[in-house]
This record gives sequence, C-alpha cells and structure tokens, in this order.
Amino acid sequence: MSGKTLYDKIWDAHVVANEANGETVLYIDLHLIHEVTSPQAFAGLRAHGRAVRRPDRTLAVADHNVPTEGQARGVGAVADPEARLQLETLGRNVKANGIEFFPMGDIRNGIVHVVGPEQGRTQPGMTIVCGDSHTSTHGAFGALAHGIGTSEVEHVLATQTLRQRKAKNLRVTVDGELHAGVGAKDIALAVIGEIGTAGGTGYVIEYAGSAVRGLSMEGRMTLCNLTIEAGAKAGLVAPDDKTFDYLQGRPASPKGGAWEMAYSYWKTFFSDPDAKFDREIRLKAQDIPPLVTWGTSPEDVVPVTGSVPDTAAIADETKRAQVQRALDYMGLASGQRIDEARIDRVFIGSCTNSRIEDLRAAAEVARGRKVAAHVQAMVVPGSGLVKEQAEAEGLDAIFIEAGFDWREPGCSMCLAMNPDKLMPGERCASTSNRNFEGRQGRGGRTHLMSPAMAAAAAVAGRIVDVRSLA
Amino acid sequence: MTPFTTLDGKAVPLDMANVDTDQIIPKQFLKTVEREGLAKGLFYDLRFDEAGNPKPGFVLNQLQYAGASVLIAGDNFGCGSSREHAPWALLDFGLRCVIAPSFADIFYNNCFENGLLPVTLSEPLVRKLMDEAKGGNHVFSIDLAAQTVMTPSGETVSFEIDAGRKEKLLKGLDAIGETLQHEGEIGTYEYKRSLSTPWLEARA
Ligand code: SF4
Repeated sequence: MSGKTLYDKIWDAHVVANEANGETVLYIDLHLIHEVTSPQAFAGLRAHGRAVRRPDRTLAVADHNVPTEGQARGVGAVADPEARLQLETLGRNVKANGIEFFPMGDIRNGIVHVVGPEQGRTQPGMTIVCGDSHTSTHGAFGALAHGIGTSEVEHVLATQTLRQRKAKNLRVTVDGELHAGVGAKDIALAVIGEIGTAGGTGYVIEYAGSAVRGLSMEGRMTLCNLTIEAGAKAGLVAPDDKTFDYLQGRPASPKGGAWEMAYSYWKTFFSDPDAKFDREIRLKAQDIPPLVTWGTSPEDVVPVTGSVPDTAAIADETKRAQVQRALDYMGLASGQRIDEARIDRVFIGSCTNSRIEDLRAAAEVARGRKVAAHVQAMVVPGSGLVKEQAEAEGLDAIFIEAGFDWREPGCSMCLAMNPDKLMPGERCASTSNRNFEGRQGRGGRTHLMSPAMAAAAAVAGRIVDVRSLA
Repeated sequence: MTPFTTLDGKAVPLDMANVDTDQIIPKQFLKTVEREGLAKGLFYDLRFDEAGNPKPGFVLNQLQYAGASVLIAGDNFGCGSSREHAPWALLDFGLRCVIAPSFADIFYNNCFENGLLPVTLSEPLVRKLMDEAKGGNHVFSIDLAAQTVMTPSGETVSFEIDAGRKEKLLKGLDAIGETLQHEGEIGTYEYKRSLSTPWLEARA
C-alpha cells in the first residue's frame, strides 16, 4: 500500500461517519464567520430551533463591508444602512450564541483570513471552513481549509461537521531560486496561468519544492489564497519550522506542555515519500517573471515585460471572441505592451496581500518616491494588528510621505462592498485576487499583481517592471 | 427545501464561459439578511446599463426567453466567490436548472443545498442544446430520476449525477437533519479528539 498525502492524513483524522451515498461527515475544527454570508445561516438555525454546537470552535469578524476610515466611531456611524444592518445582525447573532467576536474597531479585527492565523487559531492538521472562497489561505499552515456557502455555514454551526466528498491530490512542485522582484504572488499567477481557472477543479493542491519552502508564512498564505482562482478545493503547504516559529506565542497557540504535545502532533502532517498524487505539475522558479493580469480572469496573465494577446493570432473563433471581449472591457488594444497601460488607481490590500511582509515590500518601493500625480493610491492593512505593526516600523509614514492613503483594515476594494470602489473605466493596479468584470466597481479595470509591482505602478503611473525603477 | 423531480420549461442560452458569481449577483445585492428578493440583482451588470435601463442585447431581457426555467451556459459556470446568493438569485428569477460543460466546486455544492439542478454535459452537447434553445418558445423536459434532458427536437440526452446528491434533490432532504442523525458519532469523535488534541479544548 502506498503512503498517504498530507490531504489524505488530514481527511482521515476528521472522518466522523461515512455515508452509503459516498458522502463523508467530516469534523470541522475551526469555523470562521463574517457579516455577509452568515445572517441567513443564523436565521435558518432559529427557524429550526437549533443551537450552535461549538461556539468555542467559531470565530467572528467584521470585514467585508466595513468602511476603512472612522471605525472607532462604531457600527452606528456606518453610513450605508444595509451594511450597518448586516454588521448589527452579526453582533446580535454572536452575542446570542456565545461566539468570540472581534467587532469593527477592535485592534484584533481585520480580514478573516488575516485574523485566523494572526491569532493562532489556524493550526496545522486542522479542518477550517468559512463562508468565503479564499479560506484556502489557511492551507499555508498545513490545514485543510476551504470556502463554503451559507447553507453549509448553517450546517457547520448546527453540527460542527460538513458533508464532503474526497477530492483528488494534485502536487505543484516549484524548485529553484526566484529572481529578485519575484514573489509568492507571481508563483500563484504562474500556476493559474499554467493550469487555468478551472484546472484545479476536483483537486486539493499541495505546494512543494524548494521555492515554496523558501517562502515565508505570509508568502505561503498568498500562494494558498490564490489556489481557489485555479478552481481547486484547497491549497496546502506542509508545516515546517517556519510554521511552528510563526505559531509560537500567538494568543490561541498552545503553551508549555501543550505546545510540546501539539508540536509532535503537527509534525505528522506531511505527505509520505511514497504517497501517490493523481496529478503532478512542476515549475522552475527561475522561469517565473513578475506577472500581471491583462484580462478579466485570473488566468489572463502576462509577464510585465510582455504584451497582451494578439487576437489576429488566435485561430479558435470562440476563444478569439472571448479575448476580444476581455480586451474591450479592459480598454486595451490587441497585442499592445502591458507596461504601456496607464493606471488611475492603486489598491494594496486584501487577504491575498495585506500582511506585514506585503506592506514592507510595497513600502520598500515607495520609500523616497512619489505616487504619480494622476494616480490615487491606497494601502489597507489586513488587520488592526498589522496596521499597528506597520506603524511601529514607520511604514505608514513612508506611504503617506509618498502620497498613498493609509486606511483602516477590511476587505475594502477587493470586492468594493464598502465605499472604496473604482469608477467606470478606471484602471487599477491591485494586489487583490479577482479581476472579474465589475469586481472592484462597475466598469472598473483590475490588473492583479504583487505588492511591490503595485507600488511601482503607483510611482510610475502605469504598469511597470518593479526591477526597472531607477 | 423544494424537491426537484421533473421540469418542463423554456431554456435560455447564455453563451459565455467562466460566468463568475460576481456576475451572477453583484456585491451590492449581498447586503441583505434574507434569502429572497434577489431576482432583481441577477446578472445585474449584464442586464442593465448604468442608468438602470434593460440592455436589449442581453438574452435574459429578450421577450422570447421570458419565463425560462433552464439556463444553458459555458464552461466553469459559477466560478469565483462562494456567495450562495448566486443560486438564490437564479431561483428567485425562476430558473431551476443550469446546464453547462462544467461547474465550479462551491457553486455546484450550493445548488444542491437549494433545490437547483446543475446538469453537466459535454461541450458539443451543450452547444447543440444552446442552438435548440435559440429563439425560445421550445420546451425542454428534464427528468432527474431518469437523468435525462429531452430537447425540443425530441432527442433524449442522459447526464451523470452522483447518486447521493440526486436523492437529496429528489426528496428535498434537509442536510442538517440528516447529519444530526449522527449526533452520537459526532459526540464520540469530539470525546476522542479532546484526548488527542486537548489544547484545542482549553479555550473557554
Ligand atoms: S479580502 Fe477579498 S477575497 Fe479576501 S476575504 Fe475579503 S472579500 Fe474575500
């Protein structure tokens, strides 16, 4: 019998029951909730007279539609009445059910996928779910983590389990050294560009190889975060010393004797050398350039030194029409160089790239430079604690000096449910995760890229190779 | 949940691949605490221009498809955000079945929680069905028990669906109720875990 993959091991450790119809009742260790996808779930529980089974395994934050300024004034001061209602509803629901909650304005609050790891709630070998597709982020710790819909949120609240079918194993190995100016975001975009937005459907992806090992925990979170954009169920990186170092001393991390016990348990979560993967993909780190997206799907990637597709060169008619449609939406000419695209806005933030390391990388580029006169740029830290840390390091001063707006934490312009959004036709260099039509505001044009590249774009006023900045 | 057994209805062809849930229901409609009333936001940016007037070119605005209950779409339907508002909006609009060459995972799961039938067929078949749907005023008949779609021209096409999920739709089962039948096993599991990973229990 061949060995087990990391995914197999986590799965096996959480099986409560196997149903005759092929479904498995899988135990959920940690359930993260937020204001947008939970109200109907709590309403469902109430309608059936059901209770929250494990409030202690649930953590709530307010992130999706909070404003990024004036948070200290409280929910009552949120201008949008619908957003306010959702925030108040969450506040009521967590109180009635005894769930730990970091409300808007609490320094521990922030984007759900930044907060879980930061608090030490995310740990290796766990199963983690949240009503948000980028839950895959937590896979960076060797936890099986994925997004669920609201009915499933209700299911987990009521039973602390989920009905699941096992996915297949896909390993993406990235070996070698990354070039300077190339990071986790570029690896992720390279993978999506390689396999496509549906290429991972039905799989859990384990990332391996020396370039992945070489990434910090923040980088691994960026990589796993974007796994969903490849259509995969979840992304995983086996835990190692970096993982354990990160977890040391976090508020919810085990302490003393419990740490020792947890440590030996966590260390069992890796793929056995003889484990079988259903599919394998290999990339060489040195082949990955800084990447940006040109179109309206995360798979539409191009090296920053390259050009957008030339429609005349596309033989397949359907494909050509699709590309043309994306180019039209993006306001780009067929075959044009991507670094000729002039930008109006810059967004540095989101659960993909709003952690301290991301802000450091962007600040490094912004230091001593100025945001181009026609560009409006904003930095939105992932949590109150990230913001505090950045301010302690003086990053806020660097950004403000350079002409960036320094905001309060939240999802912000990643999905533009709050007042931060693009105007029709505006072009944005964004560190977020989705460049779908209208994602950052109706008619808005999003180019995904790394924090360093986004900061460079802010300075240059156009998409630019960060390595070429004088 | 309303069971899904058979469905006779018009089909509307939406010839687009990678239709994401941001397109199905844009974010401004997510600020609700209800499940109902989302039809107004369905495909909002495709259906309406900036002034809020219907765009005549979009299929769902065309009279011949009014009242359709089947949507036929391209590859990777429902990708992106996990928002269950997507199936809610489709259902609220009167659509009960989506046919496509492939679906994104989370959306696919969400369909079964809400009595919306996702039918996966090969790309050429989907294309053929789209052609037959063009012009509207044709009836497609879907029979979940038999796993068939009968097209207006009378051809019967079979589709695959997981037996457990089929059962769930046919009976309109409540997944939580089903799972709670395992309450004893959940309790036993929790007890064992409290011994093997006690640090997770230590939290108040
Ligand atoms: S930052 Fe964006 S992707 Fe991340 S949780 Fe918020 S809305 Fe979702």
